Amino acid sequence: MTILRSLAKIVSIFLLITLSSSIGNHLNAQDGKALFSQNCASCHAVNKKLTGPALAGVEDRWPEKKNLYAWIKNSAAFLKTGDPYATKLYEEYNKTAMNNFPGLSDADIDAILAYIKTVPAAGAAPAGGAAVAGAPTEDQSDSTLVFGLLTLILAVVSLILLQVNSNLKKLSDDKVGIPATDPVPFFRNKAYIAFIAIVLFILGGYMTTVGAIDLGRSKDYQPEQPIYYSHKVHAGVNQINCQYCHTGTYQGKQATLPSVNVCMNCHAAINEYKGEPLVRENGDVVDGTNEIKKLYKYAGFTEGQPWDPSQAKPIEWVRIHNLPDHVYFNHAQHVNAGQVACQQCHGDIQNMGEVKQFSDLSMGWCINCHRQSEVKFKENGFYSIYETFHQDLKSGKLDSAKGITVEKIGGTECQKCHY
Amino acid sequence: MEQKKHWQSFGELNKSEAYNNEVQNEFKEELPFVEDESTLEKGESFLQAKAPRRDFLKYVGFSTAAAAVAASCEMPIKKSIPFANKPEDIAPGIADYYATTYVQDGDVVSVLAKVRDGRPIKLEGNDLSPLTGGGTSARVQAAVLDLYDTARLRFPTIGVKEATFEAIDKAIASELAGNTVIVTSSITSPTTKKVVAQFLAKHPGSKHVTYDAVSNSAMLLANEACYGKRVIPSYHFEKAKAIVSLSADFLGTWLNPVAFAKQYAVGKKLDEKNPAMSKHIHFETVASMTGSNADEKYLCRPSEMGLVAAALLSAVKGTGVTGVTDEKLKAGIEAAAKALTANQGAALVVAGSDDVNVQILVNAINATVGANGTTINFGTTVNYRQGVDSEFATLVDDMNAGKVNSILFYGANPVYTWPNAEKVKSGLAKVKTTISFNAKLDETTALCKYVIPAPHFLESWGDAEPATGYISFLQPTISPLFKTRAFEDSLLKWSGDASDYTTYLKNEWSAKLGGEAAWNKILQAGVSNPAAETFAGATLNATAVSSALAAVSATKPSTKIELVLYQKVGIGVGQGAANPWLQELPDPVTRATWDNYIIVSPAMAKSLLNIDLNNPGQADAYEVKPPKQVVKLTVDGKSIELPVLIVPGTHPQTVGIAVGYGRAEALGKSVIGTGKNAYPLACIENGNVHFNCSNVTLTPTGETYPVALTQTHFRYDTEQGNRTEVMKEISLASYIKHPTEIREERDHEFRLITEGGDKMKEFEALEKFEKEATIYPVYDRPGIKWGMSVDLNSCNGCGACVVACNAENNVSVVGKPEVLRGHEMHWLRIDKYYSGDMENPKVVFQPLMCQHCDNAPCENVCPVAATNHSSEGLNQMTYNRCIGTRYCANNCPFKVRRFNWADYTGADSFSDNQVGVVNDVVLDMNDDLSRMVLNPDVTVRSRGVIEKCSFCVQRLQAAKLDAKKDSRPMVDADVKVACQQSCPTNAINFGNANDKHSAISKVRVDNPNRQFYVLEQLHVLPNVTYLAKVRNIDEEHAAAGHDSKAEHKTEAAHDTKAAHKTEAAH
Repeated sequence: MTILRSLAKIVSIFLLITLSSSIGNHLNAQDGKALFSQNCASCHAVNKKLTGPALAGVEDRWPEKKNLYAWIKNSAAFLKTGDPYATKLYEEYNKTAMNNFPGLSDADIDAILAYIKTVPAAGAAPAGGAAVAGAPTEDQSDSTLVFGLLTLILAVVSLILLQVNSNLKKLSDDKVGIPATDPVPFFRNKAYIAFIAIVLFILGGYMTTVGAIDLGRSKDYQPEQPIYYSHKVHAGVNQINCQYCHTGTYQGKQATLPSVNVCMNCHAAINEYKGEPLVRENGDVVDGTNEIKKLYKYAGFTEGQPWDPSQAKPIEWVRIHNLPDHVYFNHAQHVNAGQVACQQCHGDIQNMGEVKQFSDLSMGWCINCHRQSEVKFKENGFYSIYETFHQDLKSGKLDSAKGITVEKIGGTECQKCHY
Repeated sequence: MEQKKHWQSFGELNKSEAYNNEVQNEFKEELPFVEDESTLEKGESFLQAKAPRRDFLKYVGFSTAAAAVAASCEMPIKKSIPFANKPEDIAPGIADYYATTYVQDGDVVSVLAKVRDGRPIKLEGNDLSPLTGGGTSARVQAAVLDLYDTARLRFPTIGVKEATFEAIDKAIASELAGNTVIVTSSITSPTTKKVVAQFLAKHPGSKHVTYDAVSNSAMLLANEACYGKRVIPSYHFEKAKAIVSLSADFLGTWLNPVAFAKQYAVGKKLDEKNPAMSKHIHFETVASMTGSNADEKYLCRPSEMGLVAAALLSAVKGTGVTGVTDEKLKAGIEAAAKALTANQGAALVVAGSDDVNVQILVNAINATVGANGTTINFGTTVNYRQGVDSEFATLVDDMNAGKVNSILFYGANPVYTWPNAEKVKSGLAKVKTTISFNAKLDETTALCKYVIPAPHFLESWGDAEPATGYISFLQPTISPLFKTRAFEDSLLKWSGDASDYTTYLKNEWSAKLGGEAAWNKILQAGVSNPAAETFAGATLNATAVSSALAAVSATKPSTKIELVLYQKVGIGVGQGAANPWLQELPDPVTRATWDNYIIVSPAMAKSLLNIDLNNPGQADAYEVKPPKQVVKLTVDGKSIELPVLIVPGTHPQTVGIAVGYGRAEALGKSVIGTGKNAYPLACIENGNVHFNCSNVTLTPTGETYPVALTQTHFRYDTEQGNRTEVMKEISLASYIKHPTEIREERDHEFRLITEGGDKMKEFEALEKFEKEATIYPVYDRPGIKWGMSVDLNSCNGCGACVVACNAENNVSVVGKPEVLRGHEMHWLRIDKYYSGDMENPKVVFQPLMCQHCDNAPCENVCPVAATNHSSEGLNQMTYNRCIGTRYCANNCPFKVRRFNWADYTGADSFSDNQVGVVNDVVLDMNDDLSRMVLNPDVTVRSRGVIEKCSFCVQRLQAAKLDAKKDSRPMVDADVKVACQQSCPTNAINFGNANDKHSAISKVRVDNPNRQFYVLEQLHVLPNVTYLAKVRNIDEEHAAAGHDSKAEHKTEAAHDTKAAHKTEAAH
């Protein structure tokens, strides 16, 4: 038995190791795409020359992989070794130095290279075509109609019964000999009038309240922007990190919109749109390349000539997310300290063409989230001062599964947002 | 503890009827509806009026319709416009700090400018400057508003027409020839001086005259006579154990008050375990801020000051007090001499006198008590004031004689400040080319042909050398708002130097520091300091002293009424007059705003105006209503009519008037109708300006004029009526003898109201008070508990914190008419308490802001929970929830809540709401340009809501976020509230009281004997602790001896206990 048991242990450990390593490999392949878009995509494309060369077949072009690693990590240092290929490359690209990536490990670079190989050559039809995940099935079984019908039927039935009842009463009165009173038409019947008035009052009050609460809110606001900028193309398909453009999210109050020079980092080279057709919600098709031309107009850029940033004019975007002046909101607090994903408030942004306001940005919406969300209580050193909470979590006095919510440390108090 | 009575007003001192009535009311007036009496029958109240119901319905109907219309309008489309090319160092929403320097005439304070999204919004002191060490003054704090002053000149002019710089340069090139004079206020910048020298060299026959409106000529000349050098040495109050001031207002307006306040506080901070303090004896004529802070204060006539100095000199030399007959004054001089001689080598005497002989005698005293080389350093001289009056007097004569061809004004404004302004005007008319570089159309600039406005210091490059070797640099924090050009740029251009001043300055310093990299580095710090200050004495010229002594002895003190012209802390020589923040800052001495007036003593009030302040009825008549009697003051044929304020602590035969008021209307809305110009009353003797005049006659005109006096606003009464629960003061001698006196008193008081108090051990009641003296539960404060501590020993009442709070928290300016009604909005006020003799009382300043009570009475009464408590101990105020019932303000025991009676900020949807309600100053503050000073992190409040101190919650939130971003616990360095940061004496401490290592915790642990809370017996549990004022006087108790006190205590205890029991029985 013991032998069997230890055998089973060994087998299971072995299985675990192989499994985990296979998971690791899998992760590597996925990482490659992310690493590429984070580090390389601003200067390189796989199949197209940008600031730097197209990366398809890069491994074959370099005589030794070791050199390639060294080049990527620190191109300037490698250039000093006098490697002929590197020198040639440097000359070819007008002596534009490549950025250093000391943070990338060999494994990371392998992952990027692996990703590059998976990208089909230019012109080839995208593998598998546009894999449509099927239109989202509208399975919101709306039962309002059923309930409405039922209410109506019941109301009619009760009306009939009331009528029957009064007729029967009249009959019995006749029998007993009580003189019949003049029938009151229903529109003069005080009971009816009172009933209807009350119903109308409640209904009206409800609708006014709901309407009033909705005033000034603009969920689903989707204005037309001066340039059709698709988050789907940038953040979704091309996996550009949100903070590449929205640089303020991690440090400050405002996420900030990218300035024209940030756009031109990539678009100095990317002058046409070749991806899937861009369609507005109303069905209009947008010419992506034309939109890039609009950017060039703002940037004062003529293709084929070097760009002079001083010619740029700012783009007047229409602001979508508006908070009242008496609300203080800080992106860094949420994204940096709270590690909240962008999507939590901005919705499925990587799949939006033109951006639409996802949340209603109401106080109730804020408060609800503050009640439910945990702070990074153990991870962030700031919270070490809450000694009693730490002890209570340890001793089980506080439910560690529920954790410390924002509310628990005062996140629903007035002066957390209003001052 | 002595039952010493502290009082704010004469009514309180006398327990007058009006005082008793008024103190019951939170607000000074009835509901505003009642004032509109046109619709009312005689004697009717609002509710009995004919049509209130209909009006009510009309209002309801209109507001509903208006709200519906406003709400149903489409949401406006807002644009979000990013940079075209984002500068690397600007991140929208994140403030940058640039080290620069506040320079105003000769005043220099190193500061950091907080720049939000490209505009400076707040100035903080620069900790790296050893002179001011991070301290600021009210004027420094207010300077950022001057940048956005709507009355600044926006372009250069010839005549009054706009002109280009080129056109002016061309015209001037042909006009500048021979006899050119540059008139400036004291220039502290070495590079500007070099540029001036370069200009003078290029234009032979030209000269530079330094003219300070209120100069220190007497000191400069005295030092020249005594030491052969026309310099002012640096003073070291921190090294002095005995300080004697002959009416030098060194904490308020004399040389560099920020630096002196910092030094002075060193000697005033008290270590409880080792109690020792410096001793400050003050001789003064008219009550001043510095005199109010003195340990002992003696009154004398301005004309007597020379005799006092001579007597003091004689006394410190051991020959006794001679020549002074007044007993009190004689005792004062003896005490001063005793203190000085006892602290040989650690003693300092300063004098504010404009008499050279007095200054020479002071030099002699300092030499005798060993101050030279210890507390006075001739090795490092200061440059704050360099002007000598006689030089300017000569220039005025030259101008009138037609000897001056062209004249350039920069900083100086003699048409306003020179006593004989008519002579300056007539002289100017004879000068062919007149050029002004002043930033506004002031009195002198208005008479100049060419005007090239200089940029504000926050828009400029530059440097300043306040003291030898101490350099502070200026760098621009914003692009020039208007078409301005630096003074130096013009001079360089006109002396044929092609380089612009920025390059000139950079080259100059790169060469001095050894390269551009060093220059860039020094700009980051903002200051360059010598490694160590070298101390040097100086040898006194004995003949100068003996002739001064002879001259002083020959003069006889006047027997008539005398006049002293003084500067106010906020207004200075007039630079602050156009700044609404400074105009609305209650003056530390009088607590008046928006005006100047004649200060008289209570004794003179009785003889002149027949107001006997000891008579409750007359005190009320003077005090309760704003209109004050107007008196015509005549001296040397010149006269002025001003209202009279009675200020205890003023010599009975002396009156005071502040200079700096009555300015030209072009300077801004704030100067219109505020005060009168007192400069013409000064006299010129042998070219020297004297700001004291004897032989003054006063005649009441029978008219009255309202003065917006805040001393009696927001008063609150206490049960015992002598404010022992509000203000605790003790003499150093008593403290040393019986350190726990205050603590015992508190303990004793708590025993009476704490369950089981009788059986407790000593001081046990203090600990148990919070839990056991209440039926309310005690709440946990699991993370942070904010706390503040104010050291009444360090606070000198200068008002820097009040203005800092204005700037940080967008506190509205309300204007004089509203201050008169008690509507001022300051979140932080500095209460001034008197005690003792009415003619010469002791004064204590107490900064009072929201106390953030843990059992806050305001919170319970709010019907909409707009004010409530946070888990961090903050009393939160939510403006959007507030419906303006003002119950909270009514229920606040400290009267620190402020109501927006009108739309001071322009935040209402209907701009017509401001018309006819708020005055022009307030409207001007709502101008797009003025509004650039607003702090974007703080909501601008609208009409009808209450506001109050938030403990700068925006800073607290930012501090916590900074710590979270770094994943570490918050530390003291993360957070400083605005008042704390502005304070030159570090009187205010703030931090997390839950953190044992924080400064606030340490202050509370280290000072158990001096600590108290205001009105703590109410069990409102404030989060602001005060440290009792300890005055360095020998007498143990002013009012009662120690024994009688003990008796008194038992008696009091008995009474209160009995009362307590009776109550319980009921």
